[in-house]
Amino acid sequence: MSVAQGPATPSLPISSVPGEPVGETLLEIRGLSVDYGMGNQPVHAVDDVDLVIRRGEVVGLAGESGSGKSTLAYAIARLLRDPGVITAGEAYFYDWPKGSYQDAGSGQVRKTAVQPRVVDLLTDDKRVIRSVRWSEIAVVFQSALDALNPVLRIGRLIDDVLKAHEKDMSKDERVARAKELLGIVGISPDRLNSYPHELSGGMRQRVMIAVAVALQPSLLIMDEPTTALDVVIQREILEELMDLRERLGFSILFITHDLSLLIEIADTIAVMYAGKLVEKAPAKALFRAPRHPYTYGLTKSFPSLHGDKVVMVGIEGSPPDLRKVPSGCPFHPRCPWAMDICTTTVPPALELHDVSGSRQVLCWLQDGAHEVPPELALVPPVAGTEEARPSMRVHGTPVHARTIDEGTTGEH
Amino acid sequence: MEIVDVSKEQVPPLTPLAAAPRKRRPKLRITKSKKMLAGLVILGFFVVMGVIGPWVAPYDPNALGDLTGPGGTQSPGGHHLLGQTTIGNDIFSQLVAGTRPTIEVAFLSGVIATALAIIIGITAGYMGGLVDEVLSLTANIFLVLPALPLLIAVGAFLGPDRAGSPWVVSLIIAATGWAWGARVMRAQAMSMRNRDFVEAARIGGESTSRIILAEIMPNLSAVIASSFLFTTLYAIGTYVGLGFLNVVSAGPHYNWGTMLFDATSSSAVEAGAWWWYVPPGLAIAILGMSLALINFGIDEYINPRLRVATGAGKAAKAAGVKLRPQLGFTPVVRKRAVATVPTIVQLEEAP
Amino acid sequence: MRIFIRRIGFYLLAAVAAVTLDFFIPRMVPGDPVLTALAGLKGSATPGALAALQAQYGEGANHAGLWHQYAHFWNMLLHGDLGLSLSLGNTKVTTIIGQHIWWTVILVGLATVISFVVGTLIGTLAAWRRGSWIESLLPLTTFLQAMPYFFFATLLVLLFAVQLNWFPAQGGYDTFSSTVGLNWAFVSDALSHAVLPALTIVGASLAGWIIGMRNQVVTVADEDYVLLAEAAGLPRRRVVWYAMRNAILPQISSFALALSFVVGGSLLTEIVFSYPGIGFILLSAVKSLDYSLVQGIFLVITLVVLAANFIADIVYVALDPRTRQEA
Repeated sequence: MSVAQGPATPSLPISSVPGEPVGETLLEIRGLSVDYGMGNQPVHAVDDVDLVIRRGEVVGLAGESGSGKSTLAYAIARLLRDPGVITAGEAYFYDWPKGSYQDAGSGQVRKTAVQPRVVDLLTDDKRVIRSVRWSEIAVVFQSALDALNPVLRIGRLIDDVLKAHEKDMSKDERVARAKELLGIVGISPDRLNSYPHELSGGMRQRVMIAVAVALQPSLLIMDEPTTALDVVIQREILEELMDLRERLGFSILFITHDLSLLIEIADTIAVMYAGKLVEKAPAKALFRAPRHPYTYGLTKSFPSLHGDKVVMVGIEGSPPDLRKVPSGCPFHPRCPWAMDICTTTVPPALELHDVSGSRQVLCWLQDGAHEVPPELALVPPVAGTEEARPSMRVHGTPVHARTIDEGTTGEH
Repeated sequence: MEIVDVSKEQVPPLTPLAAAPRKRRPKLRITKSKKMLAGLVILGFFVVMGVIGPWVAPYDPNALGDLTGPGGTQSPGGHHLLGQTTIGNDIFSQLVAGTRPTIEVAFLSGVIATALAIIIGITAGYMGGLVDEVLSLTANIFLVLPALPLLIAVGAFLGPDRAGSPWVVSLIIAATGWAWGARVMRAQAMSMRNRDFVEAARIGGESTSRIILAEIMPNLSAVIASSFLFTTLYAIGTYVGLGFLNVVSAGPHYNWGTMLFDATSSSAVEAGAWWWYVPPGLAIAILGMSLALINFGIDEYINPRLRVATGAGKAAKAAGVKLRPQLGFTPVVRKRAVATVPTIVQLEEAP
Repeated sequence: MRIFIRRIGFYLLAAVAAVTLDFFIPRMVPGDPVLTALAGLKGSATPGALAALQAQYGEGANHAGLWHQYAHFWNMLLHGDLGLSLSLGNTKVTTIIGQHIWWTVILVGLATVISFVVGTLIGTLAAWRRGSWIESLLPLTTFLQAMPYFFFATLLVLLFAVQLNWFPAQGGYDTFSSTVGLNWAFVSDALSHAVLPALTIVGASLAGWIIGMRNQVVTVADEDYVLLAEAAGLPRRRVVWYAMRNAILPQISSFALALSFVVGGSLLTEIVFSYPGIGFILLSAVKSLDYSLVQGIFLVITLVVLAANFIADIVYVALDPRTRQEA
């Protein structure tokens, strides 16, 4: 985890690793740590996390309850409530000029020198942070019922948001824009005069999305946006969201405990456990060829109907109490392949490169000095092949054990 | 009372007490809350005074001593610590002896009103349906009826001596003071009705009264305590108010309200005899404040967000870092060194 | 509309309960003090007044069953008759109350509104500036809250009337120099007489509003919609407004409880200041065993309080759109 020397230039201007989504860096997190409370007994909710989100990329952040995934997401936006404190690391947001993004899928990778404004999310002045928040980084809260002011008509809320940022807009223009926003999330414009409680759960979440995209941000942080909804509505909203993303071109940091959902929508999946980011890889590769024992357990887990407690095949126990995180690798008490070193020393952050591209893994087994168990050495699907992503809700798809030798054929 | 938010999805609910499984209920450590500790110490002092007051009072509060203070006045000094009334009673003795009726009535009405609130509130919340409708309606009516005029009217018909009996006055005060607690407890009981352990007890065939007493009530202890303190506070105010109006008399004993009645009816304020009316007034205020402070502590225990110094801010202060949490700007206090440079392992070459 | 009908129904029921309570108070008491009082009046009261009282309490020649008495009580009420006052020259109770109720309504009404507004603002400030000096004053306010109204009133008299001589200590207006009516001399005189009683009510009830609002804002500030307002970059004032607008709702719904306290306290305050309101009259009625006046005053106070609560309910419905949902 390199100590960033200052955000003079984006460290990853354009990805050259095949198979990864092409796009300039939008958000760069280095060694971020978040504590709850300070002094005698702080809880390390997020511990030394690196994460890069590129323009247009959908990054899924998966993990169980208490893994720190929501904490991380809120800390990035500096929206974490007391007693949350950011204790280490850096977070930079690259504010690219509006309209400069071109979809990588079109094959036209722009070479002209468009330079972003770099915002240091942790040290810059509050005014600077206020200027990028919502206009560039917007948040879709978990429960729209809680996030929409119950005594305010939704038109009024959208109007307040527009008024705060678009000083030149007239009252009529704002109303027109609010109607347009409702339109793009599939709600009739006459709902502007409705109160949140008068809308259904799905409609409320759509309004929440409309409020979030009101200023055309380049990053949407979505905190379990569909968890509270039933499966049919959930599906509808996700499809609309992906359409919207294609039209408006924003990146998404999608937080969920439902890994199967991410495989369908995310380009990249990051998995968190006990405050640490244990694995980050292209979505398909992560699902088909997990490198971290915990990810392996997750991919073999049962779908959870209630809440986000995950039952894993072959992995006993439950996530640790963050006040008493085990020494060494926090996963070692549950890891079937735990070694002596795992109990004493935190694994190094490894960056692996294979056919699917590069990935981050936090595991001693993958450091090259140890023998990799066959389950964790699967061959990932070759990047770029037009293989259909596993469809939604295929939980526990059997993953065939292969050896490393097989892997060298590069074939799935 | 270390309650730590672990992540957003684990923010403690408004009433962790009711939500947490019973065995994992956080222990209420009195010493952790300075307000509560201060309140308990003051309250303890008054309770002791209430018990021993009439015995340790230097004079009979009704004895008409001769008015022989320094300079021939009744102001404090000499044998009379707080001076004497215009008819020569020792004010300090009245104050000390008057603690007992005040404390007695306050706690008696507190207990009766809280018992009524528990029975009516929990029954309504747990049973639901028509029972709930009727009981809630009754509670709401009692809540909107102004209590003191009612008590004055009842007291007027009873006459000061009959109304002054501790049991009678406690009963009539409790009759007007139970509704608020009942409403709070009804809401709590309703939220518990469908909890797993209540459900289990119901399926297990336990009787309704047993479920209420053994399953629901223990989980409402903080709410019950808060309700008890509130009604006790109300009872003190009402009792001394009735004493001040001379609607109730404390018989041979004095209470602080009747002391104030005597003082004002003897124009003590105009005469500048502050030693007559200030001590009982202060005693009432301090006793009331002790109850309010304990209630503060309980409120903060039920809803940890209410604590004055917030978790991070408080701990940061102890660690010597100045930190003022502000909504929407998570504080950044970098103190740990950033980790090492990543190790890049080339596992396999891309074809 | 349904919610209004429900609320009106509730308050009608509460009014019936109050009337019934009022009817039963003298009849629940053992030993029949009314009978004793009536016996004592045989010499002094006019025959007409005595007959009316006997009818009211179902005594003497008009001896009747409880139900009959109850019906008679309602009949009197519906004709706007609360009986005759014994102590004040057999005047109609309604006349006496009519003369004095306005002093109380204006004093208590104004003081309560001031206290609510000021307390709500201070409470919001204390919550929004967490950890500031305002918050350290909170335990102190409990001292004010625990202080009985009449004692607080006494202290104010001592300081502002006896020591500083800024405001009058007694009465509602100067009976010698001003005539009751809408003239400047009277109004200014009445206002200066009202300062200390109003200050008493405001001071004693302020702490409750401050603490209530502070706790509500602290709780509401943790809601996602406030965080969203801050995240979306709304102006600071607007963010505070989002929190306040929601936090004020429980304040209004606790109005019923608070009002009962304030009314009780105000009666005592009036007595300290000899303020010509209804509380002062109530005390003299109690002292002179003027039962019909006591009953009448209780009933009128109760009905006024019910009306005030009904207004608070309407305000609540107007402020919270969720209550307006048609089922």
